[in-house]
Amino acid sequence: MDAFYIILTASLFSISCGLLGCFLILRKMAMVGDAISHAVLPGIVIAFLLTGTRDSFDMIVGAALLGIFTTFLIEFFHKRARLQTDAAIGVTFTWLFALGVILISVYAGQVDLDQECVLYGEIAYVPIDLWITESGQILGPKAIYIALIMLIINILFIVLGYRHLHLTTFDPAFAASIGISVSLWHYLLMGAVSMTTVAAFDSVGAILVVALFVVPPATAYLLTDKLKPMLLFTALLSVAVSVLGYYLAVLLDGSIAGAIVTVAGIIFALVFIFSPQTRVFTSKKSIQISSDETSMILFNHNITQGND
Amino acid sequence: MEQLKTFFSFADPNIVSVVVGAVLLTASSAVVGTFTFLKKKALVGDAVAHAVLPGICLAFMLAGNKNPLVLIIGAFVTGWLSLVVMDFITERSKIKEDTAIALVLSVSFGIGILLLTNIQHSGNAAQTGLESFLFGKAAALVGQDLVVFSIVAIILIVLVAFFFKELKLIAFDENFAKAIGLPVKGINLLLTSLTVLAVVTGIQAVGVVLMAAMLITPAAAARFWTNDVLIMTLLAAFLGAFAGLSGAFISYTAPSMPTGPWIVMIISIIALISFFFAPKRGIIFRSYEQARLQQTILQENVLKELYRLGEIDDDMFRARSTEELVARRHFPKGRLKTTLRRLCQQGYLSQDDGLWQLTNEGQQKGKRTVKLHRLWELYLSKYMRIEPDHVHEDAETIEHVITPEIEAELERIMDFPDRDPHDSKIPY
Repeated sequence: MDAFYIILTASLFSISCGLLGCFLILRKMAMVGDAISHAVLPGIVIAFLLTGTRDSFDMIVGAALLGIFTTFLIEFFHKRARLQTDAAIGVTFTWLFALGVILISVYAGQVDLDQECVLYGEIAYVPIDLWITESGQILGPKAIYIALIMLIINILFIVLGYRHLHLTTFDPAFAASIGISVSLWHYLLMGAVSMTTVAAFDSVGAILVVALFVVPPATAYLLTDKLKPMLLFTALLSVAVSVLGYYLAVLLDGSIAGAIVTVAGIIFALVFIFSPQTRVFTSKKSIQISSDETSMILFNHNITQGND
Repeated sequence: MEQLKTFFSFADPNIVSVVVGAVLLTASSAVVGTFTFLKKKALVGDAVAHAVLPGICLAFMLAGNKNPLVLIIGAFVTGWLSLVVMDFITERSKIKEDTAIALVLSVSFGIGILLLTNIQHSGNAAQTGLESFLFGKAAALVGQDLVVFSIVAIILIVLVAFFFKELKLIAFDENFAKAIGLPVKGINLLLTSLTVLAVVTGIQAVGVVLMAAMLITPAAAARFWTNDVLIMTLLAAFLGAFAGLSGAFISYTAPSMPTGPWIVMIISIIALISFFFAPKRGIIFRSYEQARLQQTILQENVLKELYRLGEIDDDMFRARSTEELVARRHFPKGRLKTTLRRLCQQGYLSQDDGLWQLTNEGQQKGKRTVKLHRLWELYLSKYMRIEPDHVHEDAETIEHVITPEIEAELERIMDFPDRDPHDSKIPY
């Protein structure tokens, strides 16, 4: 039963992360997701100090606000101080993460968090932390309920906002021209990413969350060009890596989160090697350009010329 | 205070070694980081830092001990491999660079964690302390470790000094470097190796997770104070060393504090101060400059509109109400008032009973802006062959920027033309 609980929690979280991750990598924001997952740490510690527990919903919302603040800060440094984006990301997340670790050390006695758990979580303890009602009825591990609620929120967000997310991802200029607020959807997505990160934090740790955001979607991206199949493949891959990862961890007697990521990496490598879309066995120069592509290139070339 | 004295008297040989270690490790990564920063590859260092972890674990598993040289070699191999894999993924598939970085970073870290936990559970007594690679141990670097990592740090600094000119060139203009016959591939290879080595040594100080800060943050802070690469490199090294030293001091006074995060905290605060307060590039200076420019533009626009009103009824010095001005062009109401008052103080306008009148100086200044506007419109339609109905917007911006030299040049090449493309007279 423990194995089932752990795998179920991992699967629910990885589907949540993967679905959002699809939009992150299509928007070329994978590293912003990475930054958020580091930067929510001080938020988690502060919320922990205020509420005294780490699975309250207030805490998820509080830390999510910090995640949005992080994206805001990155943009602020980039736009107002003209700091190049990569450096803005690097400075912001390391600073906030350092702050989080320092806070953990300062309040070591009061915060039930340690540095290692921050990095790779404690999913093995999921079955221990049970939700027991006042009448004494045992309803199963708490983490599963949190994971389920997060998944429902994320699926609702993506289903209800599908058209807007799709448009602001692929053609922000057109989206803006028909009156969709690009920055509103940007911050909504960042908010969802932050909340999911914080919720999944206990189980998989701040850093391995990034892998769930990036690796299954990137694998799905190699398999298809369309958004809907990409989301579907991502969900399937997320479940697969959770199941296989759990048994790899049992086999090697190591961190479950680490093993899940390792499996995700192996699957990515396999798809990368055998996907017809990638060019592992042909060198870059020998790719044949079909006549369609050639005319497309010429067409684009003419458009740019025309604009001049 | 007492502790500060004891610390900086360096009486305790332990303190000396800690200080030497912290300063060398942070300074050398800051120096190398300057060049990855300038090449806009700052986050690649983050991925390398995470990729080093599986290498360290594998080296430990193979060798069975924590010999620093063996660990360095293991770290170097996987760090290098991560760079090759990132390039391979972006080159051979449609996956973009940021995704490739995040992918390599998280997967290699996941593998590292799996190996690390596996080693920890194996019960090998030699493994204790291996997890210090996660958060660094600048304050506990002693003996053989200190000697090895200090030597690597010195080698790094010497190599950068020796190849400074070449590294500078490829950071800014690879094509130019290629054209003058520099072995660009070789230098890139050198920079890559330097990055990996800097990461391998730097994680001793701050750990895997925060290593990116040691590469990026000192360089980012230094960039705000200078445009000279040499000064920037030295400043980055100095700021990095200062943070390293302060971090060592903090863990000396409060041993329970994690050194790495404190070093990062200090360098980040320095960087934030630089972002806001640096002259010329800092946010505050920029905002001030921007506000000043906007004020100038507003003033020139007010004088210009008054001049054009004067043109229409052929009376330059008639007193006019603010309503008349607003009817011609939208001015933000509150700012228009302060601008008019300021123009009065500067002697360009005179005020009488709520009406505003151009002085001679004001008329001259308004005339110049109108002239520049029309000259530029004519220049665009005559020389750039842009339709006359497309030139107004452009002239509206450039009229505030043109210098007297460009003004003279425009007049010369068009030989003091009479009329602009909209048939308005160009005043001289």
